[in-house]
Amino acid sequence: VASAELTEPKRRRRRKAAPTEESGVWYPRWYWPSFAAPGTIWLAIWFVLPFYVVLSLAFGTVDQAFRNPLPVYNPFWWQFDTFANTVQKFYSGAHIFLSPLIRTFTYVFSASLICLVVGYAVAYYTARYAGKQRGLILLLLVTPFWISYLMRIYAWQSLLQPDGYVNDIIGVFGVNPVEWLAGRPITVVLGLVYGYIPFMILPLFGSLDRINQNLLEAGRDLGASPAQTFLRVTLPLSRQAILAGIVIVTLPMFGDYYTNNLLSESPRTSMFGNLIDNSVGQAGQGPLAASLVLLLMVIVIVPMLYYLRETRRAAEAA
Amino acid sequence: MTDVAVTRVSTTVPSRSLFGWRRNPWRKPRVLQAITWGYLFWSTVPVIIAIIFSFNAGRSRSTWQGFSLRWWYQDPFDSLLHDPELSRAMLQTFKLSFLTVLIAVPIGTLFAIGIDRWHGRPARSANFVMLLSFVVPEIILGVSLFYVFISVLKGAIDLGTNAQIIGLVTFQISYPVIIVRARLLTIGAEYEEAALDLGATPNQAIRRVLLPLLGPAILASIALVFADSVDDFVTLRYLSGPASSEPLSVKIYSAARGSPSPAVNAAATVMLVSTLLVVGIGLLLYRRFAREQGEAADAASLAQL
Repeated sequence: VASAELTEPKRRRRRKAAPTEESGVWYPRWYWPSFAAPGTIWLAIWFVLPFYVVLSLAFGTVDQAFRNPLPVYNPFWWQFDTFANTVQKFYSGAHIFLSPLIRTFTYVFSASLICLVVGYAVAYYTARYAGKQRGLILLLLVTPFWISYLMRIYAWQSLLQPDGYVNDIIGVFGVNPVEWLAGRPITVVLGLVYGYIPFMILPLFGSLDRINQNLLEAGRDLGASPAQTFLRVTLPLSRQAILAGIVIVTLPMFGDYYTNNLLSESPRTSMFGNLIDNSVGQAGQGPLAASLVLLLMVIVIVPMLYYLRETRRAAEAA
Repeated sequence: MTDVAVTRVSTTVPSRSLFGWRRNPWRKPRVLQAITWGYLFWSTVPVIIAIIFSFNAGRSRSTWQGFSLRWWYQDPFDSLLHDPELSRAMLQTFKLSFLTVLIAVPIGTLFAIGIDRWHGRPARSANFVMLLSFVVPEIILGVSLFYVFISVLKGAIDLGTNAQIIGLVTFQISYPVIIVRARLLTIGAEYEEAALDLGATPNQAIRRVLLPLLGPAILASIALVFADSVDDFVTLRYLSGPASSEPLSVKIYSAARGSPSPAVNAAATVMLVSTLLVVGIGLLLYRRFAREQGEAADAASLAQL
């Protein structure tokens, strides 16, 4: 019985690779592509082409009468002045673009670091020590996914009001009320952590939960201290999940403007997403908005491709 | 006897608890436990407070002034049920989510089946674009589509319900693809082969064998896409036309930046309850389906899909 079980997966994989040949059924060449066609066409029209429109806008012009953006579709006629101007604003002049960019990187970095440290602790505890409460903890870890991001941030916005409960609580300890919502970086960073940390915890939990307990015991039996076991067994085994988690939380953070708008609404904490959001739909700002979207794409393309490559590898390994 | 007693004392003496873990790795890690429950408290309680405040008697959303149903339906003008804008937004939210499910789930399911069997370069490219749509920051997609609708398709498809559905479907279509593909991998090809060996045509094998087997995954996709569409606001905000086409999420965002009344809390609660309800029902049916097919499934597996 045992040997049959051991060979079963292998047989299944081989079969799956060539189901059609074994069963002797002939599929027309267009058969499987026709299944994928609607989705492919949809994405080509509504996902790939819009990128081209963004390019044509960023390298296009604005009509003089209504200041509406005029896309230029022919790459030979593209003008790069607006784009160059936009890029230039990042390193010259009053730093109106540079500060948000630097801020974005600082906030995203601190927020994802906090996400990682707290998330790792929570995932580690849940995977290894939760015991009977495991089901409950998992349920509580998953629920934020089903609660609107907006509502979660809105909830904090209410708690952080000058007369809100947070100030009431710190007042008990004799601390004076704090204007949390008046453009404080710490509020924005913690808001980002609050919003995105669930996306960090789940992949970490998945990976830590899969680690074979015997490996940890082997490390201990071979004389490693708990710290050494953690650093040399657990941590390397969860490396993939750490990187995946970081990418998953940083990607949306780079495009985030709403956390900022709800928890600070001050130019002192504005991020890259705010630059885009402020220029979208404004008269004459079409090429600027499109250029900023392109630049955001440049920033996130590397982590995005990294994530896609990793998921494909994981799928192939499975 | 004495031996046991000695070791037990040494691990429970409080002054040594910092190093206790070193001696006894099977001891409960109190620090981690505190962080975990602290996190869960921090994660859950604000939302619960926000729900409670939808029953506030006063106008404040931060100071409790007694219980009332004023913001739900009693107030003839400003309550969720009687504020024409909020109730219209609620309908718009459900309309958009329903139609998005109706379009995105079938297209995504077919795409997953097709891409699973169709090998070659075009298939790989299509799959790559699909995954790209899964990870791209939403603001990029939203803004791109916004400019498509106001410049290229001006007059043909204007901002509003149609544009919103297109945006939502584009952003959501990858969920059914990923979920159904994961399920296809676990099913394997045997059942379909058996059907073919027994004389079914390829279409029959898909309709009568594969699709029922994919039931749980399709169900999970429906729940996920619906819940996510209800919560979406980045794409929907850019693609909203007149105020009448703004869904609940966009209304909440605008209100939260002004001076929101607890009616906004009530609106957010409706969103929360409807998504939790849909996901809960989806989860129950999923477990039932999966159990019938002899497989275990829990909350975590649905979330990780």
